[in-house]
Amino acid sequence: MTDSELTAVIVKGLRRVAPEADASQLAPTVPLREALDIDSFDFLNFLVGLHAALGVEIPESDYGQLTTLDSLRAYLRARLTRTSSST
Amino acid sequence: MPSLGADMEAATLVKWRVEPGQHVSRGDIIAEVDTDKGVIEIECFETGIVDRLLLEPGTKAPVGALMAVIRSDGDRPRAEPPPTAPGPGVRVSPLARKRAAELGIDLGRVTGTGPGGAIQVADVESASARQGAAGAGEPGPVASAQAAAQAAAPVAAPAEGMRRAIAAAMAKSKREVPHYYLQTRIDMTRTLAWLHAENAHRPIEARLLPVVPLLKAVAAALGDVPALNGFWIEGEHRPAADRHLGVAIAMKGGGLVAPAVHHVDRLSCDEVMAALGDLIPRARAGRLRSSEMTDATITVTSLGDLGVETVFGIIYPPQVAIVGFGRILEQPWAEGGLVTARPIVTATLAADHRATDGHTGGQFLDALTRGLQAPEQL
Repeated sequence: MTDSELTAVIVKGLRRVAPEADASQLAPTVPLREALDIDSFDFLNFLVGLHAALGVEIPESDYGQLTTLDSLRAYLRARLTRTSSST
Repeated sequence: MPSLGADMEAATLVKWRVEPGQHVSRGDIIAEVDTDKGVIEIECFETGIVDRLLLEPGTKAPVGALMAVIRSDGDRPRAEPPPTAPGPGVRVSPLARKRAAELGIDLGRVTGTGPGGAIQVADVESASARQGAAGAGEPGPVASAQAAAQAAAPVAAPAEGMRRAIAAAMAKSKREVPHYYLQTRIDMTRTLAWLHAENAHRPIEARLLPVVPLLKAVAAALGDVPALNGFWIEGEHRPAADRHLGVAIAMKGGGLVAPAVHHVDRLSCDEVMAALGDLIPRARAGRLRSSEMTDATITVTSLGDLGVETVFGIIYPPQVAIVGFGRILEQPWAEGGLVTARPIVTATLAADHRATDGHTGGQFLDALTRGLQAPEQL
């Protein structure tokens, strides 16, 4: 999966929980929950959506790493690589 | 047209979900009405056959207006008036009972607009007015209709309507309800440890949020201090038997609603989470049900993990209390002569001083604190 494909999956997921915000204009290093006003409930739904779309496991203890678009991409990239190399 | 909150005056029928001749049961959704708080699905509070639908979709009707006639099971059409008693489980205020006797009104035909469908004096009087207008020969409609919906040409955007509704309810509360406020800091170490352990072995779609044990702990504490669960109506404190927690939900783009999660004390943590997963998207989409709008016996506002440290709520009348939870923050905590950093939540209570005193409120916050130290028992 290319970076732009991964970004598209993330933006789509963000749009689903924050339809009134423009997730595609999000700067890569701003805290995305604050920027898009995503509450705990919607953030969990967003992660459930990522899990469904990408098949990656996201333990609760890792939520703290998922604060910006950049950190989210890096995290998912690492997880995807691990998943594909182990199969 | 049922009242779907202290601040509602009228609503517009969007559509009927039933047809004449159809059998309906208590709890079935029979109509959708458009209110300041979105489209609400109206649940039937009778079991019987839909006789007539009296309101056309697109029509705006005041609270108390007759929307439909439902013939109770066993009634013959145009039968004798039903017994002069309210339906099973319907509460009637003593004043309303007295007034009904004076006016010769059959309580079985009165649609209650109080909490949980309780019949109040105003309901009896509006029923009397309707009966007068309709003529005494009118067959005994079991006025279980309610309705809903979508304005053909909304004058104001929904957000403006919601703003007005919140303004009316909160101004009424601050005008009439003498609030007292209490606050306590609660160590969330045990609750969060329990939650993380639970979530560690759950698939992501089955994980719990911290609000779940908070709601369960409120419901449990109300079992110890029931005086805070219920209503102040017509100068009387009326504790409620059921623990239906209104959960404040922020709307995207402003405004909020606080629909009820029913019987939180009887639900497992999984069931509470599932109820929230059902309720929150519907609240934001404007698809709540009438019972959810009217049944809450207390309100809980939880700011989640992005909010501020402390929130003091304003009571939603006629409830007598609102519980507030700030964000869970790591803070210094002194215990046993040592200061350590712990996850702390600031819990607050705003309660109606007509109904309870600060001593009772303090007992509630103590019970809440105890509950959150033994989360596995919630």
